[in-house]
Parts: sequence; structure tokens; C-alpha cells
Amino acid sequence: MRAEARVVAEADGRGGTRLAVLRGESPLLLRRTGPRQHDGGVTVHLVGGAAGPLRGDVLRLDVEVGPGARLEMLSVAASLALPGRPAPASVLTVTATVAAGGSLRWLPEPLIAAAGCEHVVVTRVDVAEGGSLLWRDDLVCGRHDEPSGAVRADTVIRYGGVTLYRHELTVGPGAPGWDGAAVLGEGRAIGTLVAAGADLLEPGVPGAGAAVMPLAGPGSLATAVGTDIRAVQAVLDPLCRTTLPAGVAA
Amino acid sequence: MSLATLLLLADGRLPSGGHAHSGGLEPQIAAGRVRDVGGLDGFLRGRLATGGLVSAAFAAAACGDVHRCAELDAGLDARTPSPALRKASRAQGRALLRAGRAMWPIPDVGRAPHQPVALGALAAAAGLTPAEAAVAAVHGTITGSASAAVRLLGLDPYAVHALLARLAPDCDRIAAAAAERSSDPVDDLPAAGAPLLDIGAEHHATWEVRLFAS
Repeated sequence: MRAEARVVAEADGRGGTRLAVLRGESPLLLRRTGPRQHDGGVTVHLVGGAAGPLRGDVLRLDVEVGPGARLEMLSVAASLALPGRPAPASVLTVTATVAAGGSLRWLPEPLIAAAGCEHVVVTRVDVAEGGSLLWRDDLVCGRHDEPSGAVRADTVIRYGGVTLYRHELTVGPGAPGWDGAAVLGEGRAIGTLVAAGADLLEPGVPGAGAAVMPLAGPGSLATAVGTDIRAVQAVLDPLCRTTLPAGVAA
Repeated sequence: MSLATLLLLADGRLPSGGHAHSGGLEPQIAAGRVRDVGGLDGFLRGRLATGGLVSAAFAAAACGDVHRCAELDAGLDARTPSPALRKASRAQGRALLRAGRAMWPIPDVGRAPHQPVALGALAAAAGLTPAEAAVAAVHGTITGSASAAVRLLGLDPYAVHALLARLAPDCDRIAAAAAERSSDPVDDLPAAGAPLLDIGAEHHATWEVRLFAS
């Protein structure tokens, strides 16, 4: 299955945000949800319109946040990567751009790597100087009591044209040492939250399997590893309630 | 190329302070994630596939073109979210440069570059190739942790070296893969991360008493 989806959020000139483009196709369906937020931002939910991703799927989601616009992207349910027929790995490419004064909160539900899946997530985010970003990715390695499928997540987040965060994580069969004590150990769930544009996250060690770290550039990363997703959510969910800086021009 | 020079660069007795670092092992032992040789095996395989591959690619890239050192250094910053690990890497880079300057004429690559950048610059100054710099980098990624494991857990040193011997072909394979990619743009170079190493390093930095600096 091949599918593309696109969201373009723009400032409406009255302190709010309008969606100039909201286009998706199954399985990447997009729905505007809820009332306008108190800060003028809008929320879009990603709705899984078909099973998967399955092997062979090529999916693409492009998000564009214009100057002064505020967009929050959520998903209605976890995304379940499945084996499907013999075919190349499924690939989801997500690109996002955030203009100066814009803000994007990307807070989807976890990706679950079902046994036998082979899935690649490529994330490329560009935040202009003066833009704000909160970018969350959670991964669960296998459904309950099953071995993990193969997932590779390849992420680049740039801020002001400079690479702020460059990370790859590979789990499952074919990833040597992924379940060793350097990578995930006995943890079967991991979540990361990148905040860019200001140090929005207070550095610290909020749990035995978690740390909130100031990056070398203008941003921070919270990482949590747990035996299941609840342990990860216990650390990261409260951090996601952090609001973005008020200095962002609307 | 000189094999003897390569051995010199990869030797744990090189006075570059490497013995003060456990490669992230000390906090994992404290957290109960590594208890025996089997646990060390999993730890080292993960280190090789992540930090080992990244260090090898960046050391090879710096060796191949020392003019890229500044952008490579920034690339390692973007790949090292843990401030404790950035500090440890720069401390080791600085110590390595100090030792290296006494051995070969090394061009200016900054006062305290990340360790793989310093290693690449040393390798270039010593007349080694990027592929050799990559081997030295991968080798250093696991031997430091292995000797730390002997000290921290009291493991049988023969069993630990038997493990290193089993991992040697993986080291060669990873170094070759890293060297192959070393002229890629910095964003395209390997970026495999190790979340528990980042988390462990941040916890480790809060301890009042520790045997190793990182």
C-alpha cells in the first residue's frame, strides 16, 4: 500500500491557526478534532484507516507549520507494525517544518513492533530559529509476551539549519545487542521526547530508566526505557503537558 | 601504513587516560543490568553496533580529511544527547591529543574535540588510513569496558578475553562498514544510539563516589 498525507497549518491573522491543507489517504487519515485551543492552536488526529503498516507499505506524512501557527498532532490509537506478505520493509517517512514563531507538538500513541514485522521510520524535522517543537516517539518491542519485530527509527531534527539531534535506534532480530545492557536491556518499551527551541524540560533523572538531558544545541531530550509502555508513559506524559514558551509570536 | 603504529594507537597502555573510563559499564552494573560474562557479552555487542560503529565512522572520516574535524565534532554533539557522555568524550579527546602531540605532529583540531575526532586526527598524523583509524576506534570501544568489567565484577579475565576474541571478527566487520561510509555527509554518517548508556551516564554523573569517570 502506498499513501501520502499532508497538513499545512497557517496563522489566520486573528491570533488563531487555520489548516490550509488537511489531506490524507488510508491508512494515513487525518481529522481535525476538538475546539480551538486557548492559545489559538488546532489539534489534528491521525486515524489509522487500515491495518499495518505491513511489509511493502510505503507511507509518507508531511507536516508544515507556518509563521505564528500552532499545531498539535495526536493519534487515536497505537500503530501496529505487522509482518504481512513477503516484501521489503514497510517505510513511514515523516517530514515536518516549523517556521519562526510557529509551534508543533507531535505526540502520537506508540508504535508497536509485532513479531515478524520489518518497519523503518524516517523522521526529518526542520525548525526555523524562533520556532518551537515537542516531538515524541514511543516504541513497544513486541505485543504481550512475543518477540520483538524489527524496527529501525532514523531521526534528524534540525534547529535554525543546524542538526540538533541525530539518532538511530534499531531493535529486534538483526540488531546485535539491542537487548543488551547498552541499548534496551530487558526493557521492551522506549520513549523519547525532544524539545527544541528552548530548554523546556528540566534536566534530571526522573526514574531508574529515565533521564532528561540538555542537548548540545538549543533543546533537550527526555528518554525513558521500561519493561512496558506504562513505565515510559509515567515519565514522559507529565513532561508533554509542559506548555511551549509564551514568547512565540502569534 | 604501519601495523606497529596502529598497535601503538590501539594499545590500552597509551597514556591517554582511557583506563579511567568504563565505557558506560559502571552504571549498568550498579543498576543490575550486567552481572556476569553473558551480560557483558550483550552489553559489548550493543556497544559495538551503536557507539562502536559511530566512533569508527567519525574516526575514519577525521582521518580521511582533518579539515572536516569541526563539522564532525558538531555531528558527534548531535549524536550524544547525554551531557555527561559529551563531557567524557571531550575529556578523552583532549587527553588523547596530549599524548598524540608528543608522538606525531598533529594539526589544530581544537583543544578538546570528541574522542573519535581526536583519534582520527592522530591516525592521520601517524600516517594510518581511515580503515585503520576505524579499527582502532571500534577496538577501543569494547576493550575499555571489558577491562572495567574485570575490575568491577571480579570476572575471570580469561573468560573476558575469550569474549573479546569472539567479538574480534565483529570489530573488523563494523570497522570496514564504518570506513566505507566515512566520506558521506555528516548527517548521513552512522547515528546508532544506545538509550541505556545515555540514561546510565546521567545517573552515574549524580553519584558522589564512583570508580570510573564515565
